[in-house]
Amino acid sequence: MRNPLRSEAEAYRFLWLTIVYFAAIVLASLVGGRWWGVGVFVLLTAVGAWLFLRREETGEMTREIPARRPADQKRILVVANETVGGQTLRETIRDKAAGGPSQVLVVTPALNSPLKYWVSDEDDARAAAQLRLDASLARLAADGISARGEVGDSEPLTALEDALRTFGADEIIISTHPEGRSHWLEQGLVTKARERFTVPITHVVVDLEAER
Amino acid sequence: MAAAHAAAEHEHHGPPAPHYSSRVSPSVLGMFLFIASEIMLFGAFFTAYFFVRVVNGTPWPTPPFHLPVFVAGVNTAILVTSSFTMHWALQSIKRDNHNGLKAGMLLTFLLGLTFLVTQAREYSRIGFNTGDGAFATIFFCLTGLHGAHVFVGLTLLLFTTVRAFRGHFSSAHHHGVEIPGIYWHFVDAMWIVVYTTVYIL
Repeated sequence: MRNPLRSEAEAYRFLWLTIVYFAAIVLASLVGGRWWGVGVFVLLTAVGAWLFLRREETGEMTREIPARRPADQKRILVVANETVGGQTLRETIRDKAAGGPSQVLVVTPALNSPLKYWVSDEDDARAAAQLRLDASLARLAADGISARGEVGDSEPLTALEDALRTFGADEIIISTHPEGRSHWLEQGLVTKARERFTVPITHVVVDLEAER
Repeated sequence: MAAAHAAAEHEHHGPPAPHYSSRVSPSVLGMFLFIASEIMLFGAFFTAYFFVRVVNGTPWPTPPFHLPVFVAGVNTAILVTSSFTMHWALQSIKRDNHNGLKAGMLLTFLLGLTFLVTQAREYSRIGFNTGDGAFATIFFCLTGLHGAHVFVGLTLLLFTTVRAFRGHFSSAHHHGVEIPGIYWHFVDAMWIVVYTTVYIL
């Protein structure tokens, strides 16, 4: 079923239609009595239902469905946050991308505090994630890997799902800190992602302290 | 490399490829699903109202009580005006008019606050309480449920107004205005239903 209200503008129009609808019923009741009110109620409800169904039939698609990728091109989706610039991760991406044309999308979730998350104040978190992402993309480019990046939702599973909607990945790489230092591993991110997505998933552990 | 790829192939799981079947952004769709559940909640209260007033034939309002129709009418005008300013705020930021956004959000918040304060004051002067029969119970349930929604809406508007003054929105990024706006229009539309059925008809 098509969603009848897609934006604030449509909700605003809906409010005015509600006002007109009830004003007509009240006027009919005051002028002609209760049964006139009932009659106007039935008439307007029938007209409203007819217009809604008619709109449903003639509704147009307003959002393009993402185009299919070329059959010979491999798409790799990488999800990493603080480990996004790690040597182990870059080597894994390079290995996966070798052997043919490929596209790499790196998604860095914008980690945020719960309070800022609930009040939608995520600009600072997104800016910090963007800085990490830019540095990582520059390192990947220096290694000869062409990749693009996006800052994603603070919740990594949601960030993954969002990215998959526009990027039909053949493979997902999830990069985390080692066990014991990784919140994502503590939350069971890799297991949950494997349960939720059909795409093969590779888990890369990056020990930034050992790499220094 | 080949072994790793084979191992990865072995890890294939679950659902089909994601797609935009709803053709609406997930956050907006989420808000509409929430509103649908809210309509069901109000629907339960309106069903109770229907049974008390129509099926049982309870006088409305039950003598000797009276409903403050005029004050509630003025409050209705205030709330409808707040929807207008909310719409104006969003249209302003879509044109990168930050002053229009700030003024619109501030006015919307103040109008909503005026509505809530007026309703609280009317509660204190109305002359009956929740225990004074089915009429009084349904009256307070319906208007109180709506008042609680206005409070939630005001909280959202407050966040949005603060963010507007901190310059968080632009013509390209204004979801934080759009979604509270949808909620606010819903709250206003619900008040039209409540006001018409409880106070006027």
